[in-house]
Amino acid sequence: MSSASVQIIQAVMLLLFAPLAAGFISTCKARLQNRRGAGVLQPWRNLRKLFKKEVVMAHHASWVFRFTPYIVFTATLMAASVVPALLVDTPLSLTADVIALVALLALARFFLALAGMDIGTAFGGMGASREMTFSALAEPAMLMSIFVLSLSAHSTNLTTMITHTLNSPFALHPSLAFAMVAMVMIAVAENGRIPIDNPTTHLELTMIHEAMILEYSGRHLALLEWAAMVKLLLFSTLIVDLFMPWGMTAQADLTGVAIALGLWMVKVAGLLFVLAVFETSMAKLRLFEVPEYLSGAFVISFLGLLSYYMLEVGA
Amino acid sequence: MKHLVNTWFAEQLSEHGMYTNYLADHHPEQMPCLEIRFIDWEKAAETARRLEMRLVAVWAAEGGCHEQDEGMYVYMSFAHPEHRHALVRTLLGKTRREIPSISKHYIAASRMERHIQDMFGIVVTNIPDERRWIKHEHWPEDARPLLRTFARDTRMEQSEGEYPFVQSDSEGVYEIPVGPVHAGIIEPGQFRFLAVGEQILNMEQRLGFVHKGIEKSMQGRTAEQGVRLAARVSGDSTVGHAWAFAQACEYAADIRVSKRTSYLRGVLCERERMVNHIGDIGAICNDAAFSFMHNQCLRLREDMARQHARLFGHRLMMDTITPGGVTIDLSQQESSELIDDTRQLAAEVEHLRTIYADNPSIQERVIGSGSVSISDARDIGLLGYAGRASGDYPDERIEEAYPPYDDLDVNIPQGKLGDVATRVWVRFEEMADSARMIIQLLENLPEGDVLTQWHAPEAGVSGFSAIEAWRGEIACWLRFGENGVLDRYFVRDPSVINWLGLELAVREVPVPDFPLNNKSFNCSYSGNDV
Repeated sequence: MSSASVQIIQAVMLLLFAPLAAGFISTCKARLQNRRGAGVLQPWRNLRKLFKKEVVMAHHASWVFRFTPYIVFTATLMAASVVPALLVDTPLSLTADVIALVALLALARFFLALAGMDIGTAFGGMGASREMTFSALAEPAMLMSIFVLSLSAHSTNLTTMITHTLNSPFALHPSLAFAMVAMVMIAVAENGRIPIDNPTTHLELTMIHEAMILEYSGRHLALLEWAAMVKLLLFSTLIVDLFMPWGMTAQADLTGVAIALGLWMVKVAGLLFVLAVFETSMAKLRLFEVPEYLSGAFVISFLGLLSYYMLEVGA
Repeated sequence: MKHLVNTWFAEQLSEHGMYTNYLADHHPEQMPCLEIRFIDWEKAAETARRLEMRLVAVWAAEGGCHEQDEGMYVYMSFAHPEHRHALVRTLLGKTRREIPSISKHYIAASRMERHIQDMFGIVVTNIPDERRWIKHEHWPEDARPLLRTFARDTRMEQSEGEYPFVQSDSEGVYEIPVGPVHAGIIEPGQFRFLAVGEQILNMEQRLGFVHKGIEKSMQGRTAEQGVRLAARVSGDSTVGHAWAFAQACEYAADIRVSKRTSYLRGVLCERERMVNHIGDIGAICNDAAFSFMHNQCLRLREDMARQHARLFGHRLMMDTITPGGVTIDLSQQESSELIDDTRQLAAEVEHLRTIYADNPSIQERVIGSGSVSISDARDIGLLGYAGRASGDYPDERIEEAYPPYDDLDVNIPQGKLGDVATRVWVRFEEMADSARMIIQLLENLPEGDVLTQWHAPEAGVSGFSAIEAWRGEIACWLRFGENGVLDRYFVRDPSVINWLGLELAVREVPVPDFPLNNKSFNCSYSGNDV
């Protein structure tokens, strides 16, 4: 097996498993709420239904609105390909580093916000304004938390960072703990999960992500929803990569990839289950507390940075 | 027992130099109807306000068959916590149908006066808000749907018009129109927000989208037919509306229902209170994305609906109350089953309540959000749990103490802060109290018939009732015409008043907290628009 073929397998896998991951969370949540739930396959059924439906578009929609679903989907897919899931050194992850990853996600967000405003409805603009306000706080915090790891690996390249973690002896680094907490907080916010946003709500006034895509229908909506699911899986994989990469294979052989796949699934499922537990036990934050939450994440990652210098440099 | 005529308000009015005439064709005696002179209209309202009475309703009706001419009457009714209800009416001038507005003294009168203007073409002078209310812009200007001359099957031409919403030309203020069609499966109604950033400056309601013409189509129905329509004024408080209608009919016809009937009505009404509070508490939590509570509440609500379908033949207990009695009865075994069910339900609700109260993240959302001060609550006359949360406690189960509540001690939860948390707290307390009363009623259920023979009163007799349904007081006034059919029906759902409370509550609340507040009031669109 060549590393290029593993790269392709990995990207396709993220794409196909993303709706299953979303279904897994909602099934976990349903069980935690004493419900039966619609099953893990439900997001797939929803996507299939949406792809079959016709697209309804406002008369005054510009090209931005029309192209955004494709841009968002492609950018998210590109970002997902950058993140190694099974093999440490895939061709794409060697070419793009974490900053490129954040930039790809920012590109998707930029177009989403534009499309939200393009139609001119109050909700689209409201959602776009909220999303931009929060991302201005979330992006630095995310970079900061990744930089904590970069400091010890001396690189912002994911492959180098993972290799560094895999090769260094297992030890508890306080800086990593800080970085991980911050990263999880950011991942929750970036994916619009409770307590920041509620992906299942129908209340327009409370929406952030959903408000921007409120006017979309048919295959456009399907692509945007699919992209959101991929993004969730991407973030889970990123957390796994950065903080618990053990089991990832350095060689592109069949057994190595198979073991890596199994471990990846277990780790991601564990993360998603924890997310489901949190989402069940929490209500949404007040909107004005979201900046506090995000600055909290920034401060925590900054503490990680400090503790790296104070406790780990030269130790 | 025969009530004495309640002369308190008449005495108060005459003390202030107003001449009143007691109407003998209005029942019941404890809620009398006084005719006053036209020139005393505003003064009477002012006096009532000074006596700290609360405005119940303002409505209009063309003269019945006791009145010689085709005169137009305007009615208003007030309630005092100790001296109960009193109705006042006056005859309008024949050529100029005008009436001074009482909105200066009672702000809640404004929308009811607009309704009169829309439906009867009466000019309300000095009204602070001259816009149409229930009659939308696409109705012709000269259509007066509640006049006798307006046939029910009239096809109106569609006209174009625009509703002038409150606007702001300040920089940075933007409008958010929400509705009339909402994303959830709820009723239609439009909310127009003026917001700065994420802060609401003003929220304006535009209702009337579910106007069904119930007042009009009630005319010509017998009481038995009418109660089925009244039960559909607002589906979630079908028991309350049917009871209010039946009680007004019974007062008019001077029929006393059996004790067993009133006990069963009490059970139905309190079950309705419980089922709606459970559903709403779940929905409030869901609006803050705490779906665990929502799902548990949904399950309890569904269990109750199934129990109702089994025992009363309808999931919402529709058409269980009829003039003269109830159409359902409980056997010994069914009654003890319902006791067990209620007891178990109350225990489960208490359990959920501890989960709700111990969860900091949901508490964080509800505490302090959307406060209505006690003075605002009194000014509007907020009813039911909305009033009780703000420190104003009107409750007809105590003030009117109609059977079966004359045999019960109703505990009123006394909130003060008026925020979402207090409204939820009041609802939890009410549920516990309802469960206690249901059990007490069922354990002491008297033997007897559940249906007294209904006979219509003579033509021209009117009746008035005030029933504490789950949302608050439902006031119902009706008058019989020839052949035992209804000649005029007026109903005031508590939502008519409580909608105003919501407008006040969400000022200076962040935009995304609106749904939470809306649910904590949960006013009926249908009940408002009739």
